[in-house]
Amino acid sequence: MSNKVKSLQDLRKMRDELKGKINLREKSDNPDNLVQIKVSMATCGIASGARETMNYIIDDLDNQAIDAVVTQTGCMGYCYAEPTIEVTLPGEEPVIIGNVDTKKASEIIEKYIKNGELVDGIIPDTYKTIDNK
Amino acid sequence: MKDLSMHILDIVENSVKAGATQVVVDLNYHDDVLEMTIRDNGCGMDTETVKKVLDPYSTSRTTRKVGLGLPFLKMNAEQTGGAVQVESEPGRGTLVSATFVTTHIDCVPQGDIPATLALLITGHPDINFRIRIAKSTGSFEISSEEIKEVLDGVPVSHPRVNVFIRNMLKEEI
Repeated sequence: MSNKVKSLQDLRKMRDELKGKINLREKSDNPDNLVQIKVSMATCGIASGARETMNYIIDDLDNQAIDAVVTQTGCMGYCYAEPTIEVTLPGEEPVIIGNVDTKKASEIIEKYIKNGELVDGIIPDTYKTIDNK
Repeated sequence: MKDLSMHILDIVENSVKAGATQVVVDLNYHDDVLEMTIRDNGCGMDTETVKKVLDPYSTSRTTRKVGLGLPFLKMNAEQTGGAVQVESEPGRGTLVSATFVTTHIDCVPQGDIPATLALLITGHPDINFRIRIAKSTGSFEISSEEIKEVLDGVPVSHPRVNVFIRNMLKEEI
């Protein structure tokens, strides 16, 4: 158990670092000023490798010190194109991209998240965010 | 499902869809048996639905006619000599419990359990997870609430937080 206390102390240190870096306008788990990524994580997504994709995105964003929030969501209804992710850049409409393996995820981060350039594989749909569907 | 950790991810998604705010994931290792229990306070199911959930041709979804999460879990548990149990009550929540005989030749690998549990906590910021792991060498418990309290407003879904939790769980499991 003493390990856990030490871990939580380390977490506290990391929080202070992050707080200095992220401009938190309000206490929120979905801040509008950060890149938001949702990974579809239902049976269809998991079986297609959505967990590996999500872990890869998290590691890559962490390595490049890009501030973002990465969350999971249920089946988006595009089971043929799993793993599927939804990316929302600050101030932009959400974009859904299908067949996101780790290679595609890397391309999305380099092109869309860092430079705002659209990539192939976008699933065209008129909607707000997947949670309101 | 290729490994046991994926089942955890998959079954918890049912709790999320049931509107749960609390999900308890228990992993009990004793001898060669792993007992995995997922308990939520979601909307629950009536007796009739509970009877049908293990049937692959039954689903609450309207977009298609199959629901494979629980049937896959049942198949993977039963092929090791284990079993799956589902208990539920409308308005109270649901409990899914699966046992696996881990030494059985047909038992799928455990997979990356620390990474999976970290994804649950950071992937669902609005749900309070409580993770309990009990082994013969000791036990470990952590909750989303404890982590969020320390974070004090920094989003739990930030990539750095996920990597931190993953490494912490790796040391404990």
